[in-house]
Amino acid sequence: MRTVIAEDSVLLRAGLTKLLETTGFEVVAAVHDATALLTAVEQHRPKLVIADVRMPPSFTDEGIRAALVIRRQWPEAAIMVLSQYVEERYAADLLATQTTGIGYLLKDRVADVDVFLEALRRVAAGGTALDPEVVAQLLLRRQDRPTDRLTAREREVLSLMAEGRSNAGIAECLVVSESAVAKHINSIFTKLDLSPTEGDHRRVLAVLRFLEGAGAAERS
Amino acid sequence: MSSGTTDTESGARGLRSVLASPWARRTWRDLGFTVLSAGLNLLPLLVMALPWTWTFYVPISLLGVLTCMFVSVAAAVALCPWLTVPRRACFYEVLGVRIPRPPTLERSPDSSGGVWSALRDRLRSPRTWRQACYHLVVGPAVNLLGLLGGLLWAAALIGLATSAVLALCTAVGVFRYAGQRVWDGAEIWFVLLSVVLVYLSPWIVSAAVRMDTRAAADLLGPSRAEKLAQRVANLTESRAATVDAADTERRRIERDLHDGAQQRLVSLAMNLGLARATLAHELSEPARQALQEAHEEAKEALTELRELVRGLHPVVLEDRGLDAALTGIAARSPVPVRLSVDVPRRVSPTVEAVGYFIVSEALANVNKHARATAVQVDVRLDGLMLRISVTDDGIGGADAGRGTGLTGLAQRAASVDGSFGISSPLGGPTTIKVDLPCEL
Repeated sequence: MRTVIAEDSVLLRAGLTKLLETTGFEVVAAVHDATALLTAVEQHRPKLVIADVRMPPSFTDEGIRAALVIRRQWPEAAIMVLSQYVEERYAADLLATQTTGIGYLLKDRVADVDVFLEALRRVAAGGTALDPEVVAQLLLRRQDRPTDRLTAREREVLSLMAEGRSNAGIAECLVVSESAVAKHINSIFTKLDLSPTEGDHRRVLAVLRFLEGAGAAERS
Repeated sequence: MSSGTTDTESGARGLRSVLASPWARRTWRDLGFTVLSAGLNLLPLLVMALPWTWTFYVPISLLGVLTCMFVSVAAAVALCPWLTVPRRACFYEVLGVRIPRPPTLERSPDSSGGVWSALRDRLRSPRTWRQACYHLVVGPAVNLLGLLGGLLWAAALIGLATSAVLALCTAVGVFRYAGQRVWDGAEIWFVLLSVVLVYLSPWIVSAAVRMDTRAAADLLGPSRAEKLAQRVANLTESRAATVDAADTERRRIERDLHDGAQQRLVSLAMNLGLARATLAHELSEPARQALQEAHEEAKEALTELRELVRGLHPVVLEDRGLDAALTGIAARSPVPVRLSVDVPRRVSPTVEAVGYFIVSEALANVNKHARATAVQVDVRLDGLMLRISVTDDGIGGADAGRGTGLTGLAQRAASVDGSFGISSPLGGPTTIKVDLPCEL
């Protein structure tokens, strides 16, 4: 899978490159700032972009801004953003246009190689991968919304859905049966007024509902 | 024995210094100072006397006298600040005593900046009147005492010298007048009195100079209130600098950790994870076990380091401000938090940090002690005041006097002149209110 990495720390850039190349990704470019990232994406048209949020020159949100440009100009590229800390507005910015092929993880998650690679593949396949801490913060912002009607368990299930997990994954995470997960999900759909006619899109729509507030928070 | 010898020696030295005291350097210095002061004291008196010269030309009238009194006093008072300058120099050059300069007179808010309003400000200021009190009353009075001492000294010396000459002449029989001796020994009292005065009067002069110094320090230097105000200003400034320095230092450590140890640890954990993922089937069971443990350890170290860095100074606070940083800690709190932040502009980094840590510690307290099911955190900027309130529905009964957490909160608030209040009846709810001024 053609991948571009943008990370300003030499150590991490080399580490990421090695990790991806050993596990079947093709790293076509590994750059150290946002400008170089955009050039590389234009040149290589990768399937996957991994970008650090803080990069030279100002070390603020270069990575996010570059990611937004990439979303607009090369929507076919999936983007995984790595951040030193969680800022749900960054996530909101990224999710504002579309919620597919996007990931936002804390940098430390890279250490959990299996989970990280799985998240990368999910994002590249058009899924989402949100850090549990991002989800927790998004939930915090969501207190006076339809999601208020959800129970704590349903909320948990919904956040795992937002992280991009399948029913089986959610069941494993919560140590319950898959049918129990399905029941929770149905209850979530009902509470969020998502009718069965909407089919499989309901899953995405539920996550979207869940994320909506993030955009609202950004606008306010 | 040795102590006895020392006693005798020091006694002898003491006696010598007492005998020599009228001619000590100090005496001459004090005398010189007294004469100089007399000159300076004469100035305002001259100024005050000047208006009265009209009485030589014009018949005296009540109105004239009143006008004259007013003019002379006003002129003297107006002159006082300028008189203070040579006076201060005189104290420093002759006695080596530094009379501190009082802080510059602040203009009253309704001052137009002209000569008259400056004069009005000056007349309203207690400092002017304290200076006038020194230059016109205390200074001359004490100086008069010093001059008196000087005159007595001179008189006593002249008396002694005359006596000596007369005694000598009498002894050799030069002076006899009408069969009567001018010096017949009865004047021994006069000699004794002169000797006593020779020793006593320098002491009077010195005492007068000491009184003068004391009065000048009290009346020409900054008043007690001004000294305290100055001290408060200095302390406020140095405390702000200390708090800022500590904050800057924490941020520096955070950056160093982030750029160094943290990156290295991420890289290490990633490599271990990679080894674990790719080599698992090639390694022996113990080696695989060791690799797995090393990987888990590295991840744990990473988590601990992240917590540590967050405790120092979270990057998100610096980059994105209070709202983002507080959202982070609220989301991590085990007790569900309702957070409302209304801080439309960035406040000073120090105040942001204090506010952040106050909320952070308050939430930690709630999670540890309150047995609450919900917490409401409100942070808003009200003019120049950052108002923070944290309310939980727990068991209450929190005591600011006992809990170290609460004491820490109060101290953090106090470090930027903020106020701290807590209401925690038994059975709850507990509310902590902290107000932090945003401009130091």
